[in-house]
Amino acid sequence: MGHPDTWDWENGDRQIAFGEWKKKFRWVEEPYASPDGEKIAAIVNVDEGEFNVCVNGETDETSHDKIWYLRFSPDNRLTTLVSDMGEWTVAVDNVSWGHQFGYVWNTMFSDDGSHIAVAVQQDMTYGIAVDGILWANTYPNMTYFTFGRDGGHSAAVVQVEDFDSGDIETFKKGAFTAAFDGQAWDKRFVNLWHLSISDDGKDLAAEARLSLYDYAIIVNGIPWEKTYDCVWQPVFNPATNTVAAPVRTGGRWFMAQDGGILWDRPYTQLWHQQFSADGNTLAAIAATGFGKWTVVVDNRPWPVTFEDLITDMVLTPGGDRIAVLVKEKGKWRIVVDGTRWSNAFDMAWKPVFSPDGQHVAANVEKNGSYTYVLDDRLWPCECEAAWPPVFSSMGDKILLKYIHDGIYHRRVVPLADFSS
Amino acid sequence: MHTAYDMLTGPCAWTAFILFFGGCLYRLIKMLWLVWKKERFIFSYMSLRYSLRSLVHWMVPFMAVNWRRQPVLTIATFAFHLCLILTPLFVSAHIILWEEAWQFSWWMLPDGLADAMTMVVIVCAGYFFIRRLVSPEVRYVTGPSDWIILSIVAAPFISGFLAYHQWFAYRFFTMFHIFSGEVMLVAIPFTRLSHMIISPFTRAYMGSEFGKIRHARDW
Amino acid sequence: MGEAAKGETKITDQGLDGGVGRLDESRIREVINTVLKNETGARLKTYVETCIHCGLCSEACHYYLSNDKDPAFSPVGKVKRTLWEMLKRKGKVTPAFIREAAVVAHTECNLCKRCAQYCPFGIDIAYLMSVVRRIVHRLGCTPLYIQDTANSHSVHMNQMWVKGDEWPDTLQWQEEEAQAEIPALRIPLEKEGADIMYSVIAPEPKFQAQLIYQAAVIMDVAGVNWTMPASMGWDNSDMAMFTGDNELMGRLKRTHFETAARLKVKKIIMGECGHAFRSVYDTGNRWLGWRVPPFQIVHAIEFYYDLIKSGRIKIKTKYPHAVTLHDPCNVSRGAGLHDKARFVAKAVAAEFVEMEPNREHNYCCAAGGGAINCGPPYKMKRLQGNKVKAEQLFAAKTRGAGVLIAPCHNCHSGLHDILHHYGIGLDIKFLGDIIYEVMEKPA
Repeated sequence: MGHPDTWDWENGDRQIAFGEWKKKFRWVEEPYASPDGEKIAAIVNVDEGEFNVCVNGETDETSHDKIWYLRFSPDNRLTTLVSDMGEWTVAVDNVSWGHQFGYVWNTMFSDDGSHIAVAVQQDMTYGIAVDGILWANTYPNMTYFTFGRDGGHSAAVVQVEDFDSGDIETFKKGAFTAAFDGQAWDKRFVNLWHLSISDDGKDLAAEARLSLYDYAIIVNGIPWEKTYDCVWQPVFNPATNTVAAPVRTGGRWFMAQDGGILWDRPYTQLWHQQFSADGNTLAAIAATGFGKWTVVVDNRPWPVTFEDLITDMVLTPGGDRIAVLVKEKGKWRIVVDGTRWSNAFDMAWKPVFSPDGQHVAANVEKNGSYTYVLDDRLWPCECEAAWPPVFSSMGDKILLKYIHDGIYHRRVVPLADFSS
Repeated sequence: MHTAYDMLTGPCAWTAFILFFGGCLYRLIKMLWLVWKKERFIFSYMSLRYSLRSLVHWMVPFMAVNWRRQPVLTIATFAFHLCLILTPLFVSAHIILWEEAWQFSWWMLPDGLADAMTMVVIVCAGYFFIRRLVSPEVRYVTGPSDWIILSIVAAPFISGFLAYHQWFAYRFFTMFHIFSGEVMLVAIPFTRLSHMIISPFTRAYMGSEFGKIRHARDW
Repeated sequence: MGEAAKGETKITDQGLDGGVGRLDESRIREVINTVLKNETGARLKTYVETCIHCGLCSEACHYYLSNDKDPAFSPVGKVKRTLWEMLKRKGKVTPAFIREAAVVAHTECNLCKRCAQYCPFGIDIAYLMSVVRRIVHRLGCTPLYIQDTANSHSVHMNQMWVKGDEWPDTLQWQEEEAQAEIPALRIPLEKEGADIMYSVIAPEPKFQAQLIYQAAVIMDVAGVNWTMPASMGWDNSDMAMFTGDNELMGRLKRTHFETAARLKVKKIIMGECGHAFRSVYDTGNRWLGWRVPPFQIVHAIEFYYDLIKSGRIKIKTKYPHAVTLHDPCNVSRGAGLHDKARFVAKAVAAEFVEMEPNREHNYCCAAGGGAINCGPPYKMKRLQGNKVKAEQLFAAKTRGAGVLIAPCHNCHSGLHDILHHYGIGLDIKFLGDIIYEVMEKPA
């Protein structure tokens, strides 16, 4: 997230006539609102093979052969992936990076948005480009790209031994490793998957397969001593830098930390573990039985379970409150600290806590249109689109960004007035 | 001789009944415990409606496709199992024995019919015997245990038939009949004859999976 | 050791031979007993202890019927050749036995579950064969080609080594191609909040990109609010399910479901693939702990059915050929979609010729269950193992069918081989091929 303090928090509603764009272009793709709500942008097709980006009704003077993956950075910069003459690059606020590449995809941002990274294919080798600069080393294959929270480091799983399709023997010996800022670890693995970069950017952890059957957690290239039947992505404790990961043994899942079992209670499933910002709380999404999903906080499951799905878990910085999205019988609900909200939705987006953790809000879809929900109260508006709400740092106001009757609104609402 | 008879109809009979009922209960509990312990997901897929749907289609002759494909076998299978279960339960000689022992009785089959039903079991057992010998796909998977369990099932009926008609060695066949009946009772829970108690559950599970998840017929 | 089927010649397979070469009997015993003890339970025990060896499952099996009723190919015969021996000998079997067990479980059984419909007790022999595959996997003796496919899954979460850039690039290429026909057509990538995520199997971007093109046209004409992911998770296929690599299966399905969750879609619509449907709808979800999949899973057959039934797709002129329909096991016996498939076939084609047997009693294509993925070494065995399918197809042709519809990728490829090998002379199509051809499109 950028700096909401610097945003305009005057109460009121600013509007942009988004619906009219459709008249100006052959087609208008999905619009995106900037985090501060000041901009609404969409990729537009101007003519056959001619694309542009329309921001607040204005297009750039330069069109491109193709544009995709429009995303705003957390600091409100507009990014797209653009192609000209068969080459691709990233455009930030319509300014293309100096380098062109064979292909670019999967734009990533640092937490504050000041750094931007993207996966790159160049001459059939792969690497990550950060702020336009490609890794010094590129590899014949690359997966599971990761960007550090401060934007100082990037990592990916890379192939370091050549083998042809069908060469299961070389594969079995290990042909993959991780590249940290482009530099490959020495050790080879059968597989590496999701990587995690520590908050200080010094350490890299990964889930790995050492043979076709033995799974391990790897930290800085070194496997934990014990292997498991399966593992999921490890995460770093932001305070202590210890590594926690769900591990499977004997057909059940446990939470492990730095090679030992942290949570001794077995789970049918256990994943998406998250430390609170102060590192004192560890929470995870879990199944306590077959088809019984819940949230576990420091090895204590919530007393409720849900059958379909739990996703988008959010912790307050102190870890004292947790919100998730739950899907039950095809409907989505927000559940906070184990309590279901009464409203059910066709779809819900990741819940947002107010800075003091007292309020929870989200953008949701209900009866085919979009709106907001704050502390289980609905915003009385049937919108065509709605983007994630943002609380002011004082927690007394909420910024809503939505399209209603073809008009884009940037609206700052005091919490007290939310339902009116 | 009388001592042996008393043994067979006394302690041995008690033991056989206890092992039969106890064994059946043990097998069922063990199966359910194993599901609970290792494959608990099965419970969440069980459906009474689809279990019954499947069981009915397989317990009515010619209702399942495969029964219709094998008419002789189907007739033999149903006749065999029906007579195998009903004859010992309703044959007059057994009911008289129980009445003498425990002073209760129930409806009994006319002797002639019971005799005919016994013959059905014997003939069908013979059919299964021959089928195991001559049918390649059955012979291929037939081992000693298959012959043994077929013998265990046929023995009480053959001996009962011979004892009833008293053609020769009446006493021997009577004793052997009682003995082999007891062996069969004990064998049911502890051999593959346990299909008598277990197969409704495997059928019900498959019926549930097909009905609830696969939306298809399992017959 | 279990007896091999008559007339079988040993097929060279580096995956098997290399794997078996590294085995010794103590390792085999340890793995077999560990898998049996730790990973099986009431089902295996009950099935083995209940089976009365009646042989009634035999005629369910296309391998048995096609191999002159060789009893070694009967479902229970295959259990005898594999699991019975392992159980009887408490795992004390030889490397050669394991090789043979791998051949039986991988190339003589398609896990089609037709035998479960023929067994009076409902014994699930496909499950028992899956246990054998699991053991074989743990012993590192999986056939080469399918192991390589599983390896691709493990690296890229797709089955054809399609790299991260190749996938979105292919979609953009197909979008551009389709725009020549419908100028404003889009393949919306990464459209968060779309109603549906459309997922396919990797052969589509790799070899059959026209199927993505056709799907895009159908979506566009029907006005569907859809998206495709640009990330991993786009491939719904799953050979790991068939190699017994359950952990990898779980990883694949997790990736697929979480991609749908990330894109905030309401359902997943899948292309015309059967095994992928089985994996997403019935198998992978269970390993992950979901009783039912976390998203509604809609197979292409059902999707087309809904579009035609609701009038969102209109048929301009019916396909001018008599068509017959192959019911793929995984969506017919696996999900009961056979009547919807008939509805679609009859709606789009001028004439419909029924195949016998049909619906959930249809014969398997002999390609499914990972068999075709075991590759060229087993091709002839697969073709000879489905003579009965050739006869069934020929009978449909005799009754007037000119085109065979196979709404499943593996079936499609397997039946294509059968049609050629036996010279049956039917054209083969996906439902989507025909719908694309006959539907009303904007001028």
